[in-house]
Amino acid sequence: MIIANNINKKFGKLKALDNVSVTCNKGECVALIGPNGSGKTTFIKSILGMVVCDNGFITFNGKNILHDWKYRSAIGYMPQIGRYPDNMTIGQLIDMMKDIRGKSGGEIDEELIGSFGLDLMLHKRMRTLSGGTRQKVSASLAFLFNPEVLILDEPTAGLDPVSAEILKDKIVKEKAKGKLVLITSHILSELDDLVTQVIYMQDGKLLFQKSIELLRADTGQLKLSKAIAAFMLKSK
Amino acid sequence: MKKILKYVVIDILRNKIVLAYTIFLLILSFSIFNLEDSSSKGILSLLNIVLIVVPMVSVLFASIYVYNSAEFLELLLSQPLRRKTIWLSVFSGLLISMVISFVAGVGIPVLLYEFSVTGFTLIISGILLTIIFIALAMLVAVKVRDKARGIGAVILLWLYFSILFDGLVLFLLFQFEDYPLEKPMVAITALNPIDLSRIMVLLKMDISAMMGYTGAVFRNFFGNATGMCISLLVLLLWIILPIWISVRMFNRKDV
Repeated sequence: MIIANNINKKFGKLKALDNVSVTCNKGECVALIGPNGSGKTTFIKSILGMVVCDNGFITFNGKNILHDWKYRSAIGYMPQIGRYPDNMTIGQLIDMMKDIRGKSGGEIDEELIGSFGLDLMLHKRMRTLSGGTRQKVSASLAFLFNPEVLILDEPTAGLDPVSAEILKDKIVKEKAKGKLVLITSHILSELDDLVTQVIYMQDGKLLFQKSIELLRADTGQLKLSKAIAAFMLKSK
Repeated sequence: MKKILKYVVIDILRNKIVLAYTIFLLILSFSIFNLEDSSSKGILSLLNIVLIVVPMVSVLFASIYVYNSAEFLELLLSQPLRRKTIWLSVFSGLLISMVISFVAGVGIPVLLYEFSVTGFTLIISGILLTIIFIALAMLVAVKVRDKARGIGAVILLWLYFSILFDGLVLFLLFQFEDYPLEKPMVAITALNPIDLSRIMVLLKMDISAMMGYTGAVFRNFFGNATGMCISLLVLLLWIILPIWISVRMFNRKDV
């Protein structure tokens, strides 16, 4: 579904992405793992076309995403730090997104808005929200249009345990519907029961892309966190 | 396009600055027309103020607005929208609100007191200046990432066009006073939209008869329809070029 082919991106002298090639298919849940500053977010943003790659190409459903924009209607994106217009209320923001994506989005999925209790504070302005509530808004917006692909950048960072659990259940539910879920996280333990594929990045380079079974077999560890640790030790 | 435009215009209108600007222009125009004994003299005073105030407010407001809507732009960029559409919607939103504000603030009083070709020229050139300086502000905003530097650049740009440029031209004139510079001067004014607008309006007034030989050359060029068309075209170019370059840069910009 998403194929990245030898993409490179430089920010000044820093190589944020160095020859990254990745393939993600439908129905998978791909975990994007790597230390801080390894290029995970840059990679995600280049899939969304928010970062324009220096060379290499990305295809979405077989079409090059460069100069294309319609493919984004099939993506729900939850940014790491959700930044929204300060003087808009939650309600206005949701209405605006519905208005903008309305036709192309298909059916509307407001489940998360309800389960996060956002429907009770629709009148609150974005600038008054706490970091966690902002994350809840980001998550609700990502799932709102029932997209085929979910791209979640550190989805549970800043969420309280209850909300994190709600979000995880929702991800499992959507994955079961055969959607592609691309997820980055530092908390490896919460990825254990979700993930089918693991992409490991370091210093902008792709170190490996493996299915979780293969990774478990290679390292002899059942837990993802232990398997990654074992891999890192081995590669040193 | 229409949907984003709607949100941009609503956002700008919620910001009271545009309303304050309109009221300021209204008070200014009415007081000038009431102070001067003849309305054509009023037009002249108004022209001088409009040429300073309109570019400054347009360029500052537009650049600050674009910098402040960084979050909004970021949100839109992850949605199924063409980048060009997003950028041009912001431009059109600024353009519509600032032009309406100018027409209400200066256009209405001018039409009430001085319903003439001069009045019309003043309104048209004010509108064009508004759009030109919004376009320039958007170019700076897409080029310079840092807000403080961007606003600084925009202020310098305004200083250059309204003060420094004239100084440079005067310097040039004195350095080369032995040569006939009247005709090159016509071309040089094309490099500054503010000067171009000033000349366009001044030549529609009676006082242009007293501007000496250069004035005569200018009158010869700008006085006829061809010259007028060329200067309008140059002003339009001052809009199209910056906005076109900024669209191209925005298409490659990383967020």
